[in-house]
This record gives sequence, structure tokens and C-alpha cells, in this order.
Amino acid sequence: MTPIERPSAGPGLLPKSSFQLLLDALQSQGYRVMGQRLHDGAVKWDDIRQVSDLPVGWRDVQEPGRYRLEPSDSGRFFEVVNGPESVKRFAFAPREPLLMIERSHKSFRATPTLPQVEKTALLGVRACDLAGLAVQDQIFLHDAYPDPYYQARRENLFLVAVNCARALSTCFCASMNTGPKAQAGFDLALTELEDAVLVEAGSQTGQDLMQRLPLSPASDRPLAEAEAQMEACAKSQTRRLETAQLPQALYDAHEHPRWDQVAARCLACGNCTMVCPTCFCHTVEDAPDVTLQRTEQARVWDSCFTQEHGYIHGKNIRPAIKDRYRMWLTHKLASWVDQFGTSGCVGCGRCVTWCPVGIDLTEELPALLDKER
Amino acid sequence: MRPAPAAPSPNPYDLHAATIVEKVRVTEDIDTVRLQLVDPAVRRSFRFQAGQFNMLYVFGVGEVAISIVSDPDEPQVLDHTIRAVGRVTKAIRGMGLGDTLGVRGPFGRGWPLHDARGKDVVVVTGGLGCAPVVGAIDYMFRRREAYGAVTILHGIKTPRDLLYRERFEAWRRHADTTVLLTSDQPDKTWHDHVGVVTELFEQVAIDPARTVVLMCGPEIMMRLGASVLMQRGVPATALYLSLERHMECGIGLCGHCQMGPYFLCKDGPVMRYEQVAPFLGRPGV
Repeated sequence: MTPIERPSAGPGLLPKSSFQLLLDALQSQGYRVMGQRLHDGAVKWDDIRQVSDLPVGWRDVQEPGRYRLEPSDSGRFFEVVNGPESVKRFAFAPREPLLMIERSHKSFRATPTLPQVEKTALLGVRACDLAGLAVQDQIFLHDAYPDPYYQARRENLFLVAVNCARALSTCFCASMNTGPKAQAGFDLALTELEDAVLVEAGSQTGQDLMQRLPLSPASDRPLAEAEAQMEACAKSQTRRLETAQLPQALYDAHEHPRWDQVAARCLACGNCTMVCPTCFCHTVEDAPDVTLQRTEQARVWDSCFTQEHGYIHGKNIRPAIKDRYRMWLTHKLASWVDQFGTSGCVGCGRCVTWCPVGIDLTEELPALLDKER
Repeated sequence: MRPAPAAPSPNPYDLHAATIVEKVRVTEDIDTVRLQLVDPAVRRSFRFQAGQFNMLYVFGVGEVAISIVSDPDEPQVLDHTIRAVGRVTKAIRGMGLGDTLGVRGPFGRGWPLHDARGKDVVVVTGGLGCAPVVGAIDYMFRRREAYGAVTILHGIKTPRDLLYRERFEAWRRHADTTVLLTSDQPDKTWHDHVGVVTELFEQVAIDPARTVVLMCGPEIMMRLGASVLMQRGVPATALYLSLERHMECGIGLCGHCQMGPYFLCKDGPVMRYEQVAPFLGRPGV
């Protein structure tokens, strides 16, 4: 995080009719601007060149096992809250080549393949996903072995957060203290109001970018409007996760009969781990070319729901789906706290939405902590 | 927004070429492979502790985590005892003198052999998975005067599973050393104890106040072993275990080697019993 060195100019207002100027300013600073765009009935991160690239006129409706886009006449730029992708892939790539290894005589030579990354501005990062990125930073940058591949990608991100104005039925960031307001880790944070967008800086780079925009100082009224909007969003959340007894209570629930019930529904498809903004498991593959003289070693996202994840010479530590769901949830909500000092869950609700059978961890956790059952 | 810049560090994925300079067949499917790092500068700066492991890489096939069993004071060569059970280990089995492997490491935490100086050491091993502890035993016998009484208890299923028979016999000849073997499915050739390894504790004198225990083998065996030793008064803090899980990175990032809150690659593979007691032998952990 780049601290703000100069005194902050304070939040400013950008008329919505001038929002293109923000895109232009980012592009003129050499950023590839990416945001959520309509794609296959959902949204995914893609290039945003003009305001009309944003999914204006649509809103997402999410429930356990269900995602739909519906027309909306609000005219808001950021009414679609999220899609299956968090921002994880921009730092922890789904497939990251690590080494190029070339044969020479009987030996070989390995060359690290650090990614060449263009400066990228992500427009519309939600508070939960910023929190997810902070969790990943802890793992890949601040643990025993800082990861240079992750670092190369991470250093080139400019993060434009959007404070949430509406919550999905699957959202529970308020109970995880990660949202709906972006708290830290952004360069700019936007709050979309009726006629204007409130812009705040969270870093020196963000501050510098603000100087390039024709902002008018924000009076108390829009600031109050923004606060009220976020407060209403937090209050509208119906799901929550009670984490006070964690991690120990979940370790203690290892033999709870509820695991059998959830395992009977779980397909072990791994969707929850693929959409999760914090899951970091990966496997390393070797991909030789046809000459067998060169091979690329790469890491690829893995999931603790696969057969292979718990394999060790001739036996599987977690042969049953029950073992794997228990591993996932116990890691996410309990051992993660011991490992990294924070929960592995940021309350984005994606694992609930994108589970084909609608397994809902906010329903599973209380059931697992209920000693009567 | 960028996180605080991390200090430049060596790329933990970079690997170094190493030549197979010796290969000793232990059994039908186990070899001890001696490696020498090719780059003289890398070779000179390589240091490790008994119980640590390397990630060994076979060109075009992949990597596998294997403990280093040779002496840490002679890091110019690195011995790895490897059982051919998976893709990579089978490929290593097919390699010969002069062939090249990749080495990344060393990783993890080793045995507390420095802290064990001046104390009695009880080594409890079982099954086939005793390679990580063989390095520790060799280490102690090469510095025999630094340690008190050494007791080696080894349990196997059938006599066929006894690797290193001649090593056990050689260890037996050291002063102030007890070596006891047991098989719970013996045949006519078996002249040692019959039963499980924990029964051997009854045959040995243990001074709980000055004993350090090193264990390696099936988790159930280690859990029972720890329980019996603690009944004999050995404090839980004196018990150390080498544990095994699948590892793909060696640096605590790939997620495969978790046991409860621990990543065995960086928090282990040698763990204090107290750390892992709640998770040991627990199904699905």
C-alpha cells in the first residue's frame, strides 16, 4: 500500500455525464481498464473503453444455486454487483508458467518465466473482493516465501473500488466486516449516487489520478447520501456468519453428523473453490513440447474437492466427499485463522450462488456448531 | 493499490541441476540416490539439517518431495532414499549414474538433533516409511559421544518389509545402544519380537527426564507410541514426529500438505507431538 504523502484533497464529485473522463484519465496514464461486462448471461472482467461497455440496464439476482441478469431501468453503472470471477485471477493467475526448462546434453537449464504484465486498472472492485485480495497478499507476499510471480502481477494493479449500493440475497459481507464499504487496499473508491459519482483516494497514485479529473468538492449532503446508501445495503443483508466461536468450535465439530448430510448433497465439483476470492490451492504441471527438448513448469489452480488433492503414495487421505467438504469448510473458516490470522471467508457469497445444488455455508456452519444435533 | 514492496528474495521455484553420482539399490523398489549439485557456487552454499527435504525434479515429468538422509556436515553430496511408487519416483528409478535431476531446497524443519545432545534418544519407526529417521540415526552414531543411550524400536508387518537389516545389525553393535525389532505377521525366519511396536516399550528402560523421542511411521502407530511413552512419564514436549502429506511446492503455498492448521512442508515435516496431537490419525485430516 502506497501511503498518501500529500494532504488529501478530500472526496470529490464527478457528474455521471462526465464519467468517461475517469476512463480516459486511466487510459492516458497507460492503464488497460477492465471492468465487469455482460458475458454468457453473467458478467466477467473484460476491457472497458467507454461507459457503455458497463452493464448499464441490468441487475443481477442471486440465490443459492441460481444467477440471473434482469433488465433494470435505474440507469446505474454499477447495479450488477458481481459475477463468478473475483479479482483473484489478476494476481494469482489460473495458470502461471513458473520455469522454462531446456535440455542441454545430459543436463538441463531452468529459466524462471516471470510474467510481463501491463498496468491494469480494475474498475468496480467490490469491498469483499478487496478483502479477498488482502487475504491473498498475506499468503503470497507476506508469508515465509514471497512469491515473485504473484508480486509481478499485483504490482501492476490499480484498484478502483465501488462501494455497494445493493446487496444480493447471498451477500454477507457486513457480518464478516469486509463491506459493503471499501475500507482499505484501493487506489480510488467510488460511490455511485443519483446524478454523480463520489470519488475518494486511498493511495498516492489514486490521489494523483484524482487531480486529473474535473471534480467538485463533495458537500455534506452527497457524503451523507453515500453513507446512508451503504448503511441501507448492510442492513438489507439477510445472510450472516457467526464466527465468534471459531476456529475451535469447528475443529471440535469434526464428527458432527451434519457432515454426512451436506456430503450427500455435495457433488465435489469444486465450483465453490474456483469462484472463491481466497482459495489458493494449486497443482504444478510439467508441459513438454513435441520435441521433448523444452518443457514448461506451470502452476494451475487446484481444488481440495478433487480425487487427487489428498493423494499420497497409494492412498487418499480424503477419499469421501464428506472428507473433502469438511476439509474445505474447516480450512476456510477455522484453520485459515490459525494459519494467516484472518478468516478465509470474506462474505462475497459466490460459493453459495455458484454451487449447483445451492449448498449454503451460512446455513451449514450454525448446523455444524449446534451440539444438539 | 500496491502492497508494500517485499525485499528481493531468490525465486523459490528456481531449480538447480544435480548429477546422480551414486545409486544404491536397497530393495526391489527402493534406491538411495546420491546427488551432486552441478553449479559449484550452489554446491558450496547448500546447507541443510537432518529431517529436511528437497523437491527433486525429473525433466518433463515433475517434482517430488524427498527427505535428505545424508550428513548435514557434508552437504557437497545429497543422499535421498526413494521408493518408486509414483510417476516421478518411478522415473528416478529408471535413471543412472551421470543423469541429471533438478533440486529445489532444502525445505521444512528437521529433527531437533542439536537440542537432543547430552540426552537419551528413543527412535520409534514403523512400516516402510523410515527413511527420514535413518538420516537422524546415522547423524547420532557419527557423533556417538554427544548423545546418551540410544534406543531404536522398529515395527513392521511382515519380515519381508524389513529394510536395512544389516544397518540395524550395525547399529546394534554401538555402545549404549538398544535395537529391538518386531513383526506382527512373522514367518519362520523371524527370531525377534512378535507384536506391534508399542509392546517393545515394555522391554526398554527409559529415563523420562532425559529422553527425546523421534518417531516416523504410520500416524496411528505414532499416536499409540506417544500415548504409551507419556504414560511412562516422558513429557509431551520431548516427542517429535516426521509426518507425510502430498507436497507440490514445498513452500506452504500449494495447499496439499495441510494437517489441521499446519503446512507440513514449512511447519514440518518434523513436528512436535503437542502441535499435531489433535489431528494425528484423524480420518480425513
